[in-house]
Order: sequence, then C-alpha cells, then structure tokens
Amino acid sequence: MVADPVLLQTAADLFPNGISRYAVGGLLVGLGTVLIYIGTGIPAGASTFLESTLSYVSDQSRFQQYVGSRDWRLVFTAGIILGGLAFAATFQSGLVTSSLYEPGTTGQLYEVAGVTLWMTEVQPWRLFVGGILVGIGTRIGKGCTSGHGVCGVGSASKTSLVGVLTFLTVAIGTAQVVAALGVSP
Amino acid sequence: MSDRHPLFKPLIFVGGIVFGFGLGFSHMARPEVVLNFLQFDDLGLPFVMFGAAIVSGIAFALLPRIRDAAPLTGDPYERRLKPFDRNVLVGGAIFGVGWGLSGICPGAAYASLGVGNVTILWALAGMFVGAYAQGYWRSHSQSRDTSPAGAD
Repeated sequence: MVADPVLLQTAADLFPNGISRYAVGGLLVGLGTVLIYIGTGIPAGASTFLESTLSYVSDQSRFQQYVGSRDWRLVFTAGIILGGLAFAATFQSGLVTSSLYEPGTTGQLYEVAGVTLWMTEVQPWRLFVGGILVGIGTRIGKGCTSGHGVCGVGSASKTSLVGVLTFLTVAIGTAQVVAALGVSP
Repeated sequence: MSDRHPLFKPLIFVGGIVFGFGLGFSHMARPEVVLNFLQFDDLGLPFVMFGAAIVSGIAFALLPRIRDAAPLTGDPYERRLKPFDRNVLVGGAIFGVGWGLSGICPGAAYASLGVGNVTILWALAGMFVGAYAQGYWRSHSQSRDTSPAGAD
C-alpha cells in the first residue's frame, strides 16, 4: 500500500507530536486507576482531594463527608506529584528515551540537581482565575477529567458522559475565545 | 474503615505514582498542550482520556465477575455511577470555562507540580479557593442540595 501524501500531511497537521505519547500516557493513567480499583474497589478521582483536604482546616458541613477518605486522598495526590517527578527525572531529563515519547517544545526547561524540570509560560492570572472556576465547577458538577472522564466514562455512566461532553464543549469554546482575544500564552 | 489493611495506603500511593507518571508522559501536566488541543492545534488529548477510560472500563467490567470484594477493603466492586441532575451541567460548564482558560485540571495540576512547574501553585491555590467557596455556599444552603453523595 502506498501512503497517501495528502493524508500523511493532514495527520502531521492534526497530530504534530504524534499520538504515542498520548496513548501510552493514557494507558498509564488507566493502569494507576486500575491498580487502586483492584485492591480497594475505589474508582478514584482527583478533584475530591480539594474538599477532603479542606476538611482538615474547615468545619463547614459540606467538607465533613470526606473526613473518612481524606487521609488516603492525600496519599493519592502525593503519589501523583511523585509520579510527575519520576517522569521528570527519566524521560523529561533525557535519561530514558523511547520512540514512543515525543519531547515537544512547550514551556521552559530548567535544571536542578541534574533533573530537568519544566515550567509553564501560561500567565499566572489565567491559572489562578481558571483554577477558581475548576475548583467550583468540578465539585458542583460531581467530577473532573479523572472522576468523570476516566472512571465515569469507563463505567459507561450516562451522567459522566453528559458531564464530559459539557465541560469539553465549554472548554473548547472558552479556549477559542481567549485565543481570539489575543491572550497568549 | 478505621482498621484498614496495612497495604491500603501503599497501594494508593503506587497507583498515584503510575497515574502521575502517565500525566507527565502524556504532557497533560503541561497547560500549553491542553490548550493546544482545545484550540485544535494538536488533537492528541482524547487518546489520553479515552485510553485511560478504556483501560479502567475493562477492569470495572471484569472484576465484579471475578471477585465479590476488594482484598484490601472488603468493599464490593462497583462502577462509578452518579445520579444525574442540573448540577452536572452547571458544574460541568463552570469547570469547562476554568479548564479552557487555564488548560489545567486537578489531577494534571498535582502532576504538574511534580514535573517542576512551580507556577502551577497559582492554579492549585485557585482550586482550593473555588472548592472552599462552593463548599461554604452549599454548607449554608443545604435545602438546595439534595444529593450529598461524594463526587470524585
């Protein structure tokens, strides 16, 4: 079979970094979720951590329902942070390379103690204001990209499918408008 | 709940490490890459979310048929099913605006800290402020919220 050059060009335009780093990363995210589920029966999401951790410092009744899970959710988040660091110390630092990993050109790299770290160039106000809305929205909407997007969709939950469709559509619209207004990065 | 299996937290920790490594490897810990997807410059992101959903979906479908209960908790294997109401749409839309503005979601923000992105503390601070604001509001208007079920 001869590869169609037009088709190849289209694929290169749509996927300038290929798809393998995304697919492999997704498999690992799924694997982490499955490890926890096999051992504990818990389909763990990431955003409940925000409220469960607030229960340590706030008496608001809304947060008290998470007192029973707040300790392991802290452990889960610590693991996620350490997993990010493990990635930084291996693939991001170039210590380990693979044809499945495309390093890309976003943000800024810097080095600390031989580990290549990465810093975003997205403006702090976008991160802070966006973060506030993410904090409100994920908790009112019963889930985030991992709770709804991975565990909920994996459960074929109609609620989660509607949730994902909602935040994905609105996020695309928002990002397009923000870019059209000339806000970058 | 008070006397959990000694391997309960270690397993959660290991699962979190694999989860976070995956978010780093897939570049979801980089807001720029998420924004590039939302602006249609790089369509890789769905491979992450749906790839992960397929892997977990297989486990959610198979495990209840293989075992009655999880070894470390004794809890039955159940799927993640939440009741649908208006909150799913309202919250999803608010989350969508925040995600589209910042390019970061909670799990990816934790992993982003791990890859060295100190600037993401702005987003994490915002998430705690937002989570606190909605919790404060809902704690003081309980009658509006009839579904106290925990969300993920």
